[in-house]
Amino acid sequence: MNAPVILDRRRVLAGGGALIVSFSLTGAFAQDQAAPAAAPKPAGSLATTPYLDSWIRIDADGSITVFTGKAELGQGFKTAFQQIAAEELDVAFTSLKVVTADTGLTANEGYTSGSHSMQDSGTAIQSAAAQVRALLIAEAAKRLELPVEDLRTEDGAVVSPDGRRLGYGELVAADMLHAQAQANAKLKDPSTFKVMGQPLPRVDIPAKVTGGAAYAQDMRLPGMVHARIVRPPSYGAQLADCDTSAIEKMPGVVKVVRDGNFLAVVAVKEFLAIKAMNAVAAAAKWKETAGLPKQDDLADVLVKLPSQDSTIFERSNPSAVGRRTIEATYTRPYQSHGSIGPSCAVAQFSDGAMTVWTHTQGVYPDRAGIAQMLKMQPSSVRLIHVEGSGCYGHNGADDAAADAAFIAHAMPGTPVRVQWMREQEHAWEPYGPAMVTKLKASLDEAGRIADWNFEVWSNTHSMRPGGAGCMLAAQHMAQPIAVPAPKPIPLPEGGGDRNAIPIYTFPNAHVVHHFIPAMPLRISAMRALGAYHNVFSIESFMDELALAAEADPVEFRLMHLDDQRGRDVIEKAALGFGWQKGQKPPQDRGFGFAFARYKNLAAYCAVASEVEVDRETGRPRLVRAIAAVDSGQVVNPDGLINQIEGAIVQSASWTLYESVTFDDTRITSIDWQTYPILRFDAVPDSIEVHIINRPGLPFLGSGETGQGPAAASIANAIADATGKRLRNLPLTRKRIKDAIDA
Amino acid sequence: MMILKVNGLTHQVDAEADTPLLYVLRDDLKLNAAKFGCGLGQCGSCTVIVDGKAVLSCVTPLVLLEGKQVTTLEGLGTISEPAPIQRAFMEEQAAQCGYCIAGMMMRAQALLQKNSKPTDEEIRAELQPNLCRCGTHMRILRAVRRAARLMDTADASPANHGSTP
Repeated sequence: MNAPVILDRRRVLAGGGALIVSFSLTGAFAQDQAAPAAAPKPAGSLATTPYLDSWIRIDADGSITVFTGKAELGQGFKTAFQQIAAEELDVAFTSLKVVTADTGLTANEGYTSGSHSMQDSGTAIQSAAAQVRALLIAEAAKRLELPVEDLRTEDGAVVSPDGRRLGYGELVAADMLHAQAQANAKLKDPSTFKVMGQPLPRVDIPAKVTGGAAYAQDMRLPGMVHARIVRPPSYGAQLADCDTSAIEKMPGVVKVVRDGNFLAVVAVKEFLAIKAMNAVAAAAKWKETAGLPKQDDLADVLVKLPSQDSTIFERSNPSAVGRRTIEATYTRPYQSHGSIGPSCAVAQFSDGAMTVWTHTQGVYPDRAGIAQMLKMQPSSVRLIHVEGSGCYGHNGADDAAADAAFIAHAMPGTPVRVQWMREQEHAWEPYGPAMVTKLKASLDEAGRIADWNFEVWSNTHSMRPGGAGCMLAAQHMAQPIAVPAPKPIPLPEGGGDRNAIPIYTFPNAHVVHHFIPAMPLRISAMRALGAYHNVFSIESFMDELALAAEADPVEFRLMHLDDQRGRDVIEKAALGFGWQKGQKPPQDRGFGFAFARYKNLAAYCAVASEVEVDRETGRPRLVRAIAAVDSGQVVNPDGLINQIEGAIVQSASWTLYESVTFDDTRITSIDWQTYPILRFDAVPDSIEVHIINRPGLPFLGSGETGQGPAAASIANAIADATGKRLRNLPLTRKRIKDAIDA
Repeated sequence: MMILKVNGLTHQVDAEADTPLLYVLRDDLKLNAAKFGCGLGQCGSCTVIVDGKAVLSCVTPLVLLEGKQVTTLEGLGTISEPAPIQRAFMEEQAAQCGYCIAGMMMRAQALLQKNSKPTDEEIRAELQPNLCRCGTHMRILRAVRRAARLMDTADASPANHGSTP
């Protein structure tokens, strides 16, 4: 991993393999390939990158490489993709390797986001592998002069009934795999799976637990220098003066970079760079503007900002009449991704070409942004994904990549490593946006919901690059590039309105999205986007309505839900928890339940939880959580469980503790003291995840499905324990205590 | 020039006395396991063992380490011959992104070296300074319990470093 290039284009071309990667030959990148004219489209990302050899390469020696345009972020999909390819190719799991996002090698699969990796890339790899296997069998049939039906595959070879074996490496020739994918590949029968569906250990963990080079942070290129950025103290601050002449003479300092409000130092060693950074920060005089809203009035500020309003769902049935109406407003503050490792990138500008090693979620869109910033052709910029600390959305990764490229551009030939400091990650990452939801619903005489009104106020949930204006270096340089106008993410996936439309069937329903273009704080995509708050709101309110209807919360949900797979996860989680109608939790404890189908089109997840509340202090603790998840066909059950366990713990942390703080000028939550997150004393006694496998059904992804249900389940358990409903996130000890005392 | 003993080897390090150990381990000795997380002693991802105790290497200057033995994750075992704590984390698949894990393992190792049968409460209390953002805590706890069991049947001390020059 430490080598500058894992697998470069030249080696792909020259590599002794019988196959030529299509887009290398034509000089075009994968994303430029024309899609086949005829409908229906091939599966997953094959629709936009249809050549099989963009996904799978087989060398003459039989070694197999699988290419994905998605980035491993710690979700473990690299292992899952290896399982999928091994299964459909009929080779041993260990006999192939997976190459991840690299603009020089892999397809353009956009961002690794939205729980799309399995759906887009996993599906493409499965289909491509099945088609490659079919091509190899066809070639063997020709050589052996046998009908295709007589041949089978086994452990990387095609085998005839009389025992003759032709290895894949022998069979593959010239441009055999430079073939367009077909729409309907014949996939294996799930009942015959040997590799898919197994809880295989992750391929990346051994290096990570033995000190192997595993992250962008671990890269050490020959002659590499260390850079640190001196960021402005607040949004929009202007550098008035900075005398760096003495700092440039400090031992080990190579360069001070100043371009408008972009300020950085470069040194031969890392700690010298930090010392120089501190010296520059002390020397820099900034002109700041007090432009931040009042934190205490945030919800009020948001709903008063100009908004673009659209009704996104409407259903009417005048025969259903509500008798009793309740209303509630829920709020969410700005929240941090809070990566444990601050963002990092390495860049090298040599012979007019820029290479950036980055833990970005989108190598291609980032490449476009960096090329624009540096006024270079995208074809002269290569971005290679290397793992970083978990990001959970758009953190500082893209900005660090731009920082490294900006500095490297000024130092041709020298590899430059940029490592953000803790306070920079906390103060400058684009936060998960603050949101407000207002709900109003009526119950009919039978205690069923007759009408439902839901309004959500939110910024966009993606200010990801593509354009350089989304990157701090481009915003801060002397000739800045303007931040592009924010756009709402369209439904059905949605952004601020993700999961705003209820999955339940209500006779009357009205859902409005108030899209707020103005962004007082820097924001972008954070795991689950608007679904976190919308599901928290809907599922909290369902419990408020169940209470008003004197109905059991689980029964009340089932009463309004037609979707069978949704009903199945609800029943599974309730059963696993031991949920009983009329149950009585132990003293000072409460039981909570919540459910959602992520984006209303991806994985189903239900969470039941037990929370203990210390009545003296208000301190809440999640005692146990039981989840049920239906993510379609399961590839690696342990990987899926790991994702859901993590979602529950992370969501518990967001929900109980977390909000970005600021005064009228500066962000004030700049480390783990000022932005506390969950520690081991608050970790539950147990978390159980029950999987409902759906053999043969599409992969639905799982990275984000747990965030909303976990939050609402905890909120509902707190309400059950205290008799008080808390509607403003986070549900802190103080807010709970105040509610108990009220 | 400072003298530093790491994983049984003595190094002459060209760094100033105020340099935090973390940067010497990563920058001078090219060791990957100890991670930069905060530089403030708040997250634990830089945790190493010094004379048997878990220490935050990002806030420990070189000058304090004279004559002391520093052990990093690399000093416990290797990918082909993992130490019990490393085996336990592999077997429990106790990582998502894994960035915090080396620090978790070193703090757990220090605990298990002085207390071979810690209670669940003792493990939680010991790991309190270390942050994990992926929410891998349940697996980390399981891995530490598994490591305690493995160490029951193996030598809990770090792998043999060979002779010290």
